[in-house]
Amino acid sequence: MKINHLTLTAIALALMAVPAFAASEKADAKKAVPVEAAQEAAPAATEGKATDAAPAADKKTETATAAAAEPSTTASHDAAPHEAAGGHNMPHLDWSFDGPFGTYDKASLQRGFLVYKQVCASCHALNKIYYRNLESLGYNEAQVKTIAAEYTVTDGPNDEGDMFDRPARPSDRVKSPFANNKAAAFANGGAVPPDLSLITKARHGGADYVYGVLTGYAEPPAGVTLTATQHYNKVKDGGLIGPDGQKIPGGILAMAPPLSDGLVSYEDNTPQTADQYARDVSHFLTWAAEPEMEHRKQMGIKVLIFLSIFALIMYATKRKVWEKLH
Amino acid sequence: MSAGPRTPFENPVVEWVDSRLPVFTMLQKEYGVFPTPRNFNYFWNFGAIAMAMLMIMIITGITLAMHYTPHALMAFDSVERIMRDVNYGWLIRYIHMNGASFFFIAVYVHIFRGMYYGSYKRPRELLWIFGVVIFLLMMATAFMGYVLPWGQMSFWGATVITNLFSAIPVVGSGIVEWLWGGFSVDNPTLNRFFSLHFLLPFVILGVVVLHVWALHVTGSNNPLGIDTKGPQDTLPFHPYYTVKDSFGLVVFLLIYAAFVFYMPNALGHPDNYIPADPLVTPPHIVPEWYFLPFYAILRSITFDINPVSLVGFLGLGYYLVTVVWCKARNDYFSARNLAILAVAGGLTLLGVVGSLFATLNIPMTHTVLVEAKLMGVLAMFGSIALVLVMPWCDWHPVRSARFRPLFQVTLLVYVASVFVLGYVGAKPAEGIWPWIGLALTGYYFAFFLVILPLLSKHEYVQPLPTSINEAVLAENKA
Repeated sequence: MKINHLTLTAIALALMAVPAFAASEKADAKKAVPVEAAQEAAPAATEGKATDAAPAADKKTETATAAAAEPSTTASHDAAPHEAAGGHNMPHLDWSFDGPFGTYDKASLQRGFLVYKQVCASCHALNKIYYRNLESLGYNEAQVKTIAAEYTVTDGPNDEGDMFDRPARPSDRVKSPFANNKAAAFANGGAVPPDLSLITKARHGGADYVYGVLTGYAEPPAGVTLTATQHYNKVKDGGLIGPDGQKIPGGILAMAPPLSDGLVSYEDNTPQTADQYARDVSHFLTWAAEPEMEHRKQMGIKVLIFLSIFALIMYATKRKVWEKLH
Repeated sequence: MSAGPRTPFENPVVEWVDSRLPVFTMLQKEYGVFPTPRNFNYFWNFGAIAMAMLMIMIITGITLAMHYTPHALMAFDSVERIMRDVNYGWLIRYIHMNGASFFFIAVYVHIFRGMYYGSYKRPRELLWIFGVVIFLLMMATAFMGYVLPWGQMSFWGATVITNLFSAIPVVGSGIVEWLWGGFSVDNPTLNRFFSLHFLLPFVILGVVVLHVWALHVTGSNNPLGIDTKGPQDTLPFHPYYTVKDSFGLVVFLLIYAAFVFYMPNALGHPDNYIPADPLVTPPHIVPEWYFLPFYAILRSITFDINPVSLVGFLGLGYYLVTVVWCKARNDYFSARNLAILAVAGGLTLLGVVGSLFATLNIPMTHTVLVEAKLMGVLAMFGSIALVLVMPWCDWHPVRSARFRPLFQVTLLVYVASVFVLGYVGAKPAEGIWPWIGLALTGYYFAFFLVILPLLSKHEYVQPLPTSINEAVLAENKA
């Protein structure tokens, strides 16, 4: 029962693998979405893997056909959305920002911003983003000024003590659709539509989840009954439980399917399909949540190379210093 | 501190300072020529790594505090401002955020090292106690730090954990309101948590000084667990261990950097990017990964203590104290002791089953003496208290698990059960998980209270090498 150095090294590595384990565990355990949960009549939320018996599994064809119209201009090349094994309906797309060398696709970001502006912005705020940030999408200063000036914001008080309206400037936050949360809740059946600035960081699955929800509307499976203002979505995790106690994948959403083919006019010749809109706006919202990502990944490569070389040098030094002892 | 004889330094500036305050003499004594066992393996790197992590956390933390606003209405936004508008703010925050996890990794490996090689044993008991105090302070600091971004998990985690104190009889709810500074987790809570989160790292630093001081009095343990017997067994700390620690530290930083730059949110919870909302409870409130085993122990106690189980537990305690822990006695199965064990065990089982399955209507098990919630809290704090008193649970004369095969196996099972408890802590309390949690909690406590004392009394020991030097030479030859 002698345990040698190799075994101990394995234990050390195992101990250091705890966070990776915890991370995968967390990614595995999909959670229901609290803010939206408030406006839903979903049954008691229960976490866990959906079962294979999911009736929604046959709905995958619709996203698959939509992906066939993939344009060449987008960086998310030939990524046919596919559904993970085990009954999860979360799609997994190949995003241009994936991986250690990933970058944003500016054309997709600009199209995504257009989709946000024309569709999402009627209900969802983007409060952490200032108009000046849009320069990262590839707009120049003048273009950003023009975009900002399309909006009117309330400023003040002025020298006479009155609030006044003026065109928005690049230094203003992206204008929210409602004056305050009370107004937002009143207009949306009692629940505030979540701010989208951090949505890809605030949901398991990130951009895949946002894309999945936007394209995941489907007929409710057996055992799910909807009221007039409810919509079944096979990607949203709502902890649905059928009458037989079986977990049903998907969840219930108050938001009606927001995208449809031809809804937003693109200036380039990218296909104007709901699927493409979903890809672009998910891309844009990932940027909104992590505007530093390209910088971070580029710096990370340098840091890792530096530390690797440093480690090798330290190992060589250690060998040299200890050499005469052995 | 040391006022002993001093060798003059050649450099006049160093000599000028050293003759007035012998810091250079001290550094040379404690970190230059300090005699260190020559047979350390890489597990001995993690003390230095933990020290480096503490420094990284303090430096990034102070920088973050320059930009953070501890107010319930502004905290979340101020963190996002750091992430978006402060120069390299995202880098500093991600270093700090992931640094907490990596600090815990380093400390967990460090604690495991101490357990495996018996570093807690005489004469290093006080050194061990300082270490566990550091661990407790780290847990408090990390918990309060996680509250500061004021996201959903911050808010609800704070609510759940502070509510634990309401389990204390009579004064519980008063204590909770005192902790909150109000009637719920709110702005006063955030303010004091920020204040304490800033303070505690410096308290940790102070205890680290005591920890290192105590270490330098007793000297380091080593993988063989035998005492150093002379200069042939040791090496000067510098350059042998400065260079070895540096190498280990850089490898550790490499893994840490991979998380900071490529998976910065993998260890966190997405819900914490949703601003705190007192009106919306997340479906599953889970603590950070490093608390999960203790969270699982907390949740695994779901039975109240009733008169039946109380008598049972008292009987088991009597058997432990008078027979198992008693160094002079080995008559575990004499008629009298067997009777005590059987009756106490039976009553405990009956009482616990009666509490868990109320429909069985076992007589006397419906009278609640101690609520399950309080038992859970006691079990959670007790699990850490047992680590604190480990030097007295295990009085076996041999330190290193290398020469104690039974200790080795039971310790590794203990470590495995802590891992699985962590997994249980992340799972919702349903299905098979609470039962696995209960069983492993049982093993956790039995390891300290039953297995270690029994091994101390009976474990056969393999022959120890006569000296470190001899063992090293034998290993090199082989």
